[in-house]
Amino acid sequence: MASKPKQVVKTAVITDNPVLRQILGICSALAVTNLMLNSLIMGLALTFVTGFSSFLISLIRKFTPKHIRMMVQTLIIAFLVIVVDVLLRAYYPTMSKALGPYVGLIITNCIIMGRAEAFAQNNPPFLALLDGLASGVGYTLVLLAIAFVRELLGFGSLFGFQVLGETWTNWTLMIMPPGAFFMLGILIWVTNSKKEGGKA
Amino acid sequence: MSLSPWVIFFASIFTNNMILANFLGMCSFIAISSQIRTAFNLGQAVTFVLAITTAANWLIYHLILVPAGLEVYRFIVFIIVIASIVQLSEMVIERYLETLYYALGIFLPLITVNCAILGVALFMVIREYSFIQSVAFGVGSGLGWMLAIVMLAGIRVRIEKAPIPEGLKGAGITIIATGLMALAFIGFSGIVNIQ
Repeated sequence: MASKPKQVVKTAVITDNPVLRQILGICSALAVTNLMLNSLIMGLALTFVTGFSSFLISLIRKFTPKHIRMMVQTLIIAFLVIVVDVLLRAYYPTMSKALGPYVGLIITNCIIMGRAEAFAQNNPPFLALLDGLASGVGYTLVLLAIAFVRELLGFGSLFGFQVLGETWTNWTLMIMPPGAFFMLGILIWVTNSKKEGGKA
Repeated sequence: MSLSPWVIFFASIFTNNMILANFLGMCSFIAISSQIRTAFNLGQAVTFVLAITTAANWLIYHLILVPAGLEVYRFIVFIIVIASIVQLSEMVIERYLETLYYALGIFLPLITVNCAILGVALFMVIREYSFIQSVAFGVGSGLGWMLAIVMLAGIRVRIEKAPIPEGLKGAGITIIATGLMALAFIGFSGIVNIQ
């Protein structure tokens, strides 16, 4: 595992992108990506939770008994998600409604648990914070990439602004569940072939 | 909300399938769907846990959290309830139903982090279901999840030997196959609707 800050960020965002390379946390990656704005908010929320949960878990890693660490981690994550949920409901109620249960489902997002187990558990707090934030950014970028295509083809708009004009017929399939599956599958395909091409 | 529990039950299997319409429980769905046998066992375990935890979560939410005005803490409470019920049912099954324990075995602990379980609990709160409706929703979602994962396992066994582009092997083709299944399930929409 790399220990230099720059290396950590690069690994988390690009080479080991949580969604595309490790196939983690795809539940929400699929569910909220029909609009770019939703994806952005979701990505920010997840980045916040991953970053700070990694930081806190790393802070107390020396005092946490090994066999109850899962429970401790889950509680820290759940606490942070509650913070996000309350903030969203107070300052952005429409978005809170639109995301629905998926905000709460950040708790069971495998990315957070994965980073806690794989990195925060045996690295100092600052690096863990960085790693968590970078993983969150990697996740957000993938979400935005999927949402870009889905919103553009499904609504003819980007961030709610109409860009494709009057003549565009909405491709409804794109904003329905199958569209999300196809987009993610294609994205994984593209990244995998890129990687293999680079190696050969 | 005055939908009959039967409507909710069938809707959560076909039109509002946990995986194909709500994307919940994807992680284990992709990871443990390469064999029909194991997929079926995991599906059973999920259905079993969903049925119990949904009932428990409903009772705790409506009898303790709401009267005390502590709805904000529902995430923490739900996840603790789920984790402890999973642990408890593992012990009970191990003690009394040995054959079932060997079938479900390693899958039970995994289920704690399955988003479908927490998702059902959160949907139940948002849609304001009654107790009977929630149980119907929980069992139906579990069966729907099992249906989807067993079907996917069947597809994956077949495409194992198919000539697939190198980069698409593994997760890529699995997700696209799921997309095609979701497309087929759209055919059910309109029969019943519980959104």
